[in-house]
Amino acid sequence: MEVYYKSIKDIKKLLYNKEISSKELTINLLKKINERNEKLNAFITINERAIIEAERVNEKIKKDKEVHILTGIPYSLKDNIITKGILTTCGSAMLKDFIPTYDSTVNMILKDGILIGKTNLDEFGMGDSTKTSFYGVTKNPWNLKKVPGGSSGGSATAVAAGLSFYSLGSDTGGSIRQPAAFCGVVGLKPTYGLISRNGLISYGSSLDTIGPITRYVEDCAIVLNSIVDHDKLDSTSHKKNKIDYLKNLNKGIKNFTIGIPKEYFKDTLNPSIRNKIMDIIKQLEKRGAIIKEVSLPHTSYGIFSYYNIAKAEASLNLARFDGIRYGTFKNYDSIDEMYIKNRSDNFGTQVKKSISMGTYFLLKENYKDYYKKATLMRTLIKSDFEKVFKDVDILITPVTSSEAPYIDEKPDVNYDNDLLTININLAGVPAISVPCGKINNMPVGLQIIGDYFKEEKILRCAKIVESIRGKYEWNTDL
Amino acid sequence: MEYRLIVGLEIHAELKTNTKIFCSCSTEFTRNENINCCPICLGMPGTLPTLNKKVVEYAIKAGIGLNSKIQENSTMDRKNYFYPDLTKAYQITQLYKPLCIGGYIELENKKINLKRIHIEEDAGKTTYVKDVRKLNYNRSGIPLIEIVTEPEITNAQEAVLFLEKLKAILKSLDICDCKMEEGSIRCDVNINIESRNKKSVSNIVEIKNLNSFKAVQRSILYEEKRHKELLAKNHNTLKETRQWDESNNVTRSMRKKEDSQDYRYFPEPDILNIEVKKELIEEIRKSIGELPTDKIRRFKKDYGLSDDKIDKLIKDREYSSFFERIGAVNNNYNKIANFIIEIMIPVLKENKKGIEDISANEKHISTLLELNYNNIINSNELKNAFIYMCSSENNPDEIIKKLSKSKFIDEEELLKEVKRILEENKKIVEDYKAGKEKVVGYLMGCVMKEFKSKVNPKSAKNTIINELRKN
Repeated sequence: MEVYYKSIKDIKKLLYNKEISSKELTINLLKKINERNEKLNAFITINERAIIEAERVNEKIKKDKEVHILTGIPYSLKDNIITKGILTTCGSAMLKDFIPTYDSTVNMILKDGILIGKTNLDEFGMGDSTKTSFYGVTKNPWNLKKVPGGSSGGSATAVAAGLSFYSLGSDTGGSIRQPAAFCGVVGLKPTYGLISRNGLISYGSSLDTIGPITRYVEDCAIVLNSIVDHDKLDSTSHKKNKIDYLKNLNKGIKNFTIGIPKEYFKDTLNPSIRNKIMDIIKQLEKRGAIIKEVSLPHTSYGIFSYYNIAKAEASLNLARFDGIRYGTFKNYDSIDEMYIKNRSDNFGTQVKKSISMGTYFLLKENYKDYYKKATLMRTLIKSDFEKVFKDVDILITPVTSSEAPYIDEKPDVNYDNDLLTININLAGVPAISVPCGKINNMPVGLQIIGDYFKEEKILRCAKIVESIRGKYEWNTDL
Repeated sequence: MEYRLIVGLEIHAELKTNTKIFCSCSTEFTRNENINCCPICLGMPGTLPTLNKKVVEYAIKAGIGLNSKIQENSTMDRKNYFYPDLTKAYQITQLYKPLCIGGYIELENKKINLKRIHIEEDAGKTTYVKDVRKLNYNRSGIPLIEIVTEPEITNAQEAVLFLEKLKAILKSLDICDCKMEEGSIRCDVNINIESRNKKSVSNIVEIKNLNSFKAVQRSILYEEKRHKELLAKNHNTLKETRQWDESNNVTRSMRKKEDSQDYRYFPEPDILNIEVKKELIEEIRKSIGELPTDKIRRFKKDYGLSDDKIDKLIKDREYSSFFERIGAVNNNYNKIANFIIEIMIPVLKENKKGIEDISANEKHISTLLELNYNNIINSNELKNAFIYMCSSENNPDEIIKKLSKSKFIDEEELLKEVKRILEENKKIVEDYKAGKEKVVGYLMGCVMKEFKSKVNPKSAKNTIINELRKN
């Protein structure tokens, strides 16, 4: 297999056995990115300092046998994660010149990895296609005419096309899991509060989570091991004891009770996707899992609850972008005009829609009927999950209701796709999207949902799904 | 038509913690602009606020000192408006569940009740230089408590008394400098009037930009008059915010409160519930010791001092305890209070010293005060003597000896002089025997003229009377 599609353990072996140096690997990877990025547009920024970093890390690897597993391995970050000294745009014109003087916690943790570049996203994380970025559309590596999904489309594409050994994305309503499904890679949304949000440019503060996007389930566990830590700088960061997600990864799912929530298998679900998932579930049963039909009765509240909360929080999180300190500034006579005109010029349409919605929901006269109601619904959705996890270990559902759309296809008006992912964010529970096969040569994802802080169980099941699916042919002829 | 005045106050006080409310920037005052800033208080993208524990503790202290109920669970909220000095375009404050509910301050004849006390962050400072708006973010993120009173203040004087008492309490708790001129305490006034029969009511007006307690008083008087005049003509005040114009002593329209801004408050998702355990509240209560309000009551009862003298004494725990130490050996409480307020505190401040620098103890001060009380030393000499005693190298006993000595003339010398005067004024002695007690005064005059201030008037008088009786 080409070196660029190797797993983290395999590439680590090559690096530490000196079969390839970090510098060589980085230089060659950069070459590959330069060749392919024009077609794919996965990256907004390529890190010019990557080679220097690789040299520095080479020295470290030479001296110290016990270096961290991710040392010297090239990775990418979604461009809504702050990187010190490196342009961070959030896919927006508003931040096209923004070079932070401070760093995100996750980037600091990965300081001995090689940051190869910042990946494209829907502007400020708002979208499910990576079509709304100021920096152009990202293409799905399996079919350049199709979207990679969003908002972490750039990250998913980079990993699927062998342009990163892993990437970190963010998930507010499915933004890691859905593009992972469309791009045939593994995408994990951890429990809210497990990974520090310090340095993640906020969209929906009570929903946002950073998570790993990788080619293999084991890689996902490795990355998770590194980036989980309590952070003083994030008040919503949990103080749980760190666990080793690799330890029980291969223990299988014998005697796991797997719940199949009926609300996630609506009539509108693409029949091929349904069949693929049902096949896998049957296979899991053969391997010792107990399958149970369950119900999450308040699932349909998700749309109202999610949109109210996410857009309300977003409208305030984006208020700091005044178009004066950030973005291209034009002078006007009054302060109000300055704010209104500059903000309008520097924000894309989708973002402006979101801010307007959020502002509307928070108006005094609307608060009770919209935002407050949404938070009450959220409590019910949460309790659905809490109840169901008393009876089952994990839940299995589809990630998407339909196949990846074409780039020039009109957007889906019904919210079927959203409903499969957003309630997981509202509840704050963890969930993973793992590739379970292909339909019409396009990848399909299967979602495994777990109870709070039970990423270990999710990963164990994902590992089995991966082995059932079998070896993956990465699309390397681009 | 008789009207009653209805006034409520909203006070913002800066808490004296070392670092800001949501980041570790220093709160120290500096003339350099934009130096105590970091990505968090500048509201840069990706940064998150983390709550400074000390801020909560200081606010709890304020709540205890102001007789409020400390809430074991409170939350923070976002208040959104766009202004250049508000870096995130929202202020993190407490609307729905404040840290303290209720409370009161006792004035002479009544209680002024409080609605609430809550914590919030300050915004940056805007100054205008010609037509350029300059922004200094040193103040952005400074911790504040906001104290809201019920609309129970009924005249301008009461408002000032309330503020003086509040200042004394907050200073005594050592949580705020309370310097209105420097902005560490700010006050907005909400005011309207209502007729006796309640049929005529003016719209509530908010007054901002008050830079001193005096300005609070003047603005209330001005507004009361303005409201009365408008109602008398069958007009009414607009429900609006007005600015106090210090140079012209008037209020001016600022913005209408009617189409008042919708701040779109909602719970702050980045900061979790503030849980205050009962044990912490107890711990803080113990650390305060005697509550300011209790001290005020006790000082009034035990020492009979006036309200404003008590306010000044209790502002600093060290001053009030020094007062009590002197008061234990000398019962001229009023004189002691005057000395501390008019001489000791200014001298210490001017020389940048504290009570610990004074080499004198309470007995020394008491003796000095007696010397002054008996006219042996005048106030200037008292002050200088005290300044001398502020240096640790100087021995207070020595200066007292010196002052007493140089002042006192011998008893013998005094007697000799009295006898001589009586000799020269035989008629006076006769007058005294005849019952004219007034002559004592005349004789006192002669003696004092002779010795000027070197004689203790009391002993002079005693000696004269004794001699008169002898004859």
